[in-house]
Amino acid sequence: MRTRITAFTLGLTAATALSGVLLAAPADAADPLRIGFITTLSTPAGYIGEDERDGFKLAITQEDGKLGGVPVELVVEDDALKPANAKQIAERMTGEGIRLFTGVNFSNVISAVAPTVLKTGAFYVSLNPGPSVFAGGGCSPNYFVASYQNDNFHEAGGLAANELGYKKVVILAPNYQAGRDALEGFKRTYKGQVVSEIYTKLDQTDFSVELARIRSAAPDAIYQFHPGGAGINFAKQYANSGLAKEIPMVLPVFSMDARMMAATGDAAEGYYIASNWSAGLDNPANKDFVAAFEKTYGRKPTIYAAQAYDTAKLIASGLDKVDGDIEKQDAFRAALKAADFTSVRGSFAFGQNQHPILDWYLMRVERGADGQLAQTVVRKVATAMQDAYAAECKM
Amino acid sequence: MSTLLIEQILNGLQYGAMLFLLASGLTLIFGIMGVINLTHGSFYMVGAFCAAYAATATGSFAAAVLAALVGAGLYGLVMELVVIRRLYARDHLDQVLATFGMILFTNELVSVVFGRTPPFMDIPSFLTGTVALLPGLSYPVVRLAFILVGAVVAVGLWLLITRTRIGMLIRAGADDRAMVDALGVDIRRLFSLVFALGAVLCGLAGVMTAPLLAVEIGMGERILITTFVVIVVGGVGSVRGAAVGALIVGMIDSLGRAYIPITLYELLPPEIASTLAAGLVSASIYVAMAAILLVRPRGLLPARG
Repeated sequence: MRTRITAFTLGLTAATALSGVLLAAPADAADPLRIGFITTLSTPAGYIGEDERDGFKLAITQEDGKLGGVPVELVVEDDALKPANAKQIAERMTGEGIRLFTGVNFSNVISAVAPTVLKTGAFYVSLNPGPSVFAGGGCSPNYFVASYQNDNFHEAGGLAANELGYKKVVILAPNYQAGRDALEGFKRTYKGQVVSEIYTKLDQTDFSVELARIRSAAPDAIYQFHPGGAGINFAKQYANSGLAKEIPMVLPVFSMDARMMAATGDAAEGYYIASNWSAGLDNPANKDFVAAFEKTYGRKPTIYAAQAYDTAKLIASGLDKVDGDIEKQDAFRAALKAADFTSVRGSFAFGQNQHPILDWYLMRVERGADGQLAQTVVRKVATAMQDAYAAECKM
Repeated sequence: MSTLLIEQILNGLQYGAMLFLLASGLTLIFGIMGVINLTHGSFYMVGAFCAAYAATATGSFAAAVLAALVGAGLYGLVMELVVIRRLYARDHLDQVLATFGMILFTNELVSVVFGRTPPFMDIPSFLTGTVALLPGLSYPVVRLAFILVGAVVAVGLWLLITRTRIGMLIRAGADDRAMVDALGVDIRRLFSLVFALGAVLCGLAGVMTAPLLAVEIGMGERILITTFVVIVVGGVGSVRGAAVGALIVGMIDSLGRAYIPITLYELLPPEIASTLAAGLVSASIYVAMAAILLVRPRGLLPARG
């Protein structure tokens, strides 16, 4: 009996000591700042989340596990492109005390994650979507978009079509919120005539019917927004139907990112693209980034990787100024807003709604010196363009 | 206007040909073995991935065809031996659950084996470009080839089923499984064979769509529901029914997608017209199915009298 009690006491003591060590751990000064990174890693869009994670991680690796001199830990979770999943993950992460978030790729997912994060007083910095609801009246002090405001892309597309001198176009997009916004954005800046506005089904893979309608409308050019697999199909079928030779295509870079270009093969050659970044964009920060990304991961970065890298650099500039103490909210906010970092996209500044003011380019898919297809800058179509919603933001 | 109509009819034939390749196997499996096999679309995906992988590795279209047929056929056979075989005696709910699980399994397996990046397959050079069918109407060669392959397979299956001993057993099995079993035919081997044949036909559809459409995880689920509509319209268990059903669904879809929006856009503003047209187009094949089932509850050409 006595030995049993001793054993019990001993065990209890050991357990107490152990839990004491565990409890003490979070108070350690060298404990890294945790950053919640919720993104899409499964589903056909999974490659997008991979590129975002890898682009963000590259910036951390380059600083040996730090951002702006502050040790960080990236907590990555897959949302499987489901807003409900993402919201749940965000709630769990905020419960675990994470105070800084990024990573979401889709507009419908960020609409669930951002409010969840912001209502706990934490920070959200977007590395891709910039839905209009959070850019105007719905703007928020702790919400930053390091990538772009959604409409800007298609406004740049409209400007590109103007520059190319196309007088009448057919425009196409899937029939959902982002698709309708895309065509609205295009029409906001395009000066010519839209002869036909075609909405496709969101999960459509065969565009034979739409191609026949384009052929019968005989426009000067088409503008289409189909991200992911649908975009690959569209480009391939467009080329194979012979239409690519007759009617040029203008498209935002989501309809033809670097991975899609590899998947589409020769079909992409000659297409015009509106974008704020390409691997060939001529500035030193970008050249370093592209080289480092290719060396680390053995593949070409997409625009998603570039934007994630920029987001990491922006966060680094903020952390640096507050020595990693993001509970000094006003100081951290001001530090982020100053955007004191060198963007791989060249110029970068925040508007008062904390969405970026960027330069936009018209690019063409051409074969580079290495025989590989690349997005070559033709000319700049907009300098320091601000979004249409900034004025509505009272902050 | 008339060239648009002819082009849409060709598009309908082409879509119908692809649906037929998927539906003929599914209807045999459903009709003869009584198994609701939701994994059928996965064989199509496996075929497409094998084709794209082989085409990238070897640069040869023949290798891609071979890889798709063998890959999808083998995967189907393994699936039958390991999973489906245990489901014959179970009720339909068990079959739906088990085969739905196999969809998820196959999606993961394919992404583990081939990676998440969708592989790319070129249209083989002899099928690229267009041919001028009429003045002002040129049509992609690859889509014409699609229609031709669908027709050849339809004739081939018809010969197999009406002119061979295996075909006779398949027909008999569809009518009365117990009787065929009692006559001393190894019905299990026949089932495995039919199942593998269905998977091979999916592989064929996969290799043909791989260069035209994107190869991606989950591509099979999208087409599966339409394939079920085809076999319900045509009559479960009947290959002739699958052919007729595929043609009807293909035509309704192509003509509907072209003419419903064009008509509505002339009457309504684009935002309303687009939403309404999209709804009507999606609903059109189901409305047609309901109408046909009202008149012929067992489908147009059911297998069992």
